[in-house]
Amino acid sequence: MSEKDLMTRRIKPITTAAVIFFLVSAVAPLFVASWATLFALILAKGIVVLGIVLLLQAGQVSFGHAMFFAIGAYTSAFWGKYVGGGDILLYLVLGGISSTVFGLIVGLFVVRYREIFFGMLNLAFSMVLWSLLEKMFPYTNGADGIRVARPGLLGFVFTPETFQYVILYVSLLIAAAAFYGVQRYLESPLGHMLRAIKSNETRLEYLGMSARRVLLIGYVISAFLGGIGGTLVAIIQQIATPEFGFWTKSGEFVFIAILGGGAHAFGAFAGAAMFECVRFYAAAHLADSWQLILGVVLIVIILYAPNGLIGLRQRYRQSGKGGR
Amino acid sequence: MNSTLAILAVLDGISYAALVFLVSVGLSLIFGVLRVVNVAHGSLYAFGAYLAATFSIKVAPLSPWLTYPALLAASIVIGVVCGGFIERVLLRPLYGRDDVLQLLITFAAFMIMDNLQRLIWGVQPIFAAEPLKLLPNVTVFGVNYTSYQVILLPAVAVATLFGLRYFLRRTLAGAVIMAVTEDREASTSIGIDARRVYFVTFIIGASLAALGGALASPTTSLVPGMGADMIVLSFAVAATAGLGQIEGAALTALMIGLTRAFVIYLQPEFEVLVPYLLMVLVLLVRPYGLFGATQMRKI
Repeated sequence: MSEKDLMTRRIKPITTAAVIFFLVSAVAPLFVASWATLFALILAKGIVVLGIVLLLQAGQVSFGHAMFFAIGAYTSAFWGKYVGGGDILLYLVLGGISSTVFGLIVGLFVVRYREIFFGMLNLAFSMVLWSLLEKMFPYTNGADGIRVARPGLLGFVFTPETFQYVILYVSLLIAAAAFYGVQRYLESPLGHMLRAIKSNETRLEYLGMSARRVLLIGYVISAFLGGIGGTLVAIIQQIATPEFGFWTKSGEFVFIAILGGGAHAFGAFAGAAMFECVRFYAAAHLADSWQLILGVVLIVIILYAPNGLIGLRQRYRQSGKGGR
Repeated sequence: MNSTLAILAVLDGISYAALVFLVSVGLSLIFGVLRVVNVAHGSLYAFGAYLAATFSIKVAPLSPWLTYPALLAASIVIGVVCGGFIERVLLRPLYGRDDVLQLLITFAAFMIMDNLQRLIWGVQPIFAAEPLKLLPNVTVFGVNYTSYQVILLPAVAVATLFGLRYFLRRTLAGAVIMAVTEDREASTSIGIDARRVYFVTFIIGASLAALGGALASPTTSLVPGMGADMIVLSFAVAATAGLGQIEGAALTALMIGLTRAFVIYLQPEFEVLVPYLLMVLVLLVRPYGLFGATQMRKI
């Protein structure tokens, strides 16, 4: 069987799963109103984690990606605070621009490093941002954060009930577009070069490519996704706090990526769905110990299903065939 | 800034640096040997602090002097029980697997411990200043300060530094640890049990974190979130020094402690920023840290 056949065989069922997932998140909240916000959050976080999955393809783990998440969120918050009157579309454009610019600046420094040093430097940058957000009280309200007033969309203003569906479908559209875009990117020559950084960077350079430039492109895309996700979450939760940029948030994103499975773009959404659902229901029934439950889930996944939820399906299929 | 304030800042910086050193040297030691960044390190620090407070509140009515052995006992209990559990049960199945998984499983341990801490000790601040009150105050260049903070803490830190140096350079057990750090495969082939070395090293590192917490408990109120703050701070120190560098960690802790103390008196709002800003600046110029050796790029 040729490589190509293997690839299509592996990707197709997952793409089907992704389509089903997007359809469910479009339809299910129509029946249960409280799911609208839940699914919107899942999709928004999934977009951020898509950026983490992208970098995982290059074998790099950013332990500071919450900084782009926070930059996206604070861009809308600052706009609301200092300019006033916002629009979802405007917020998204601004959040996208600011996180891309920051991603480019930080990226120019961090793409020179790999593995633990890459992770460390990302962490350092994100903690600088976090302490600025936390301590620049006159501008950021410190730990209380800034409220993000409910924006309109293209001039329309919504009631809270309608708004939760509006933001859900906006998130859904962006998530589907981001998923498709990342999928296409990873299948493109540029995406294959990104993967080559993980397998053998030196050979990539012997072929005449600049590994740094390849990684920088991936990094900026993933920063952009982080910013868009952050903007959406700030709009959904109507607040931006320094905690958005704290290291535990970065850890949470990596967690979700591994939970879903870092090998495929859909892993981001599978992981986000599981994470937010556990949190949603555990917080409702066992308010004190949702973090404990998530920690145990993570340990079980790492020890028994290191390829994440997506890997589980593949393992099941393989064992059904008598293993390979 | 007058001279009294300057001396006060220096003393603050030294006592703070001593605590940070204890925690970050444990982190650095674990990384040096296991090549794992232990994200749960801050939680070990917090558990050490809380258990020490619990112990010392229990024994203080018998005799206040018993609080000192209580601090030590708490840190050893946490180091052996929690540290041992993390290494034996969580990390051991993952050796040789993807680095991300090893890092992430300690993140899972962090989440669980953070939650357990709130379940066991609650969210109200806990105070246990008995050991601090027991020792007299001293006057340093006209500044009155608790001798617990300016003498005991730095003394413990210096003793730890030299103790670790002696242990790693002069004893057989230390030589075995160094051998595994240098080349795991070669040391295994001459009969060293690398797994046991990992286990022991992790327990030592975890105990140092817990000791840092236990010694910090009399000087501060214990609140949720102290672990999450400490792990990034100690990581900043360890990374700035160069992961695995013991003497470097001591110097960097002193540098960061003093800078932070002066910033608190001059520009208090930038207090939190200092360690991270230093870390960014150092890592940009020297990614292997101030004292770390440059590694060859592998082909």
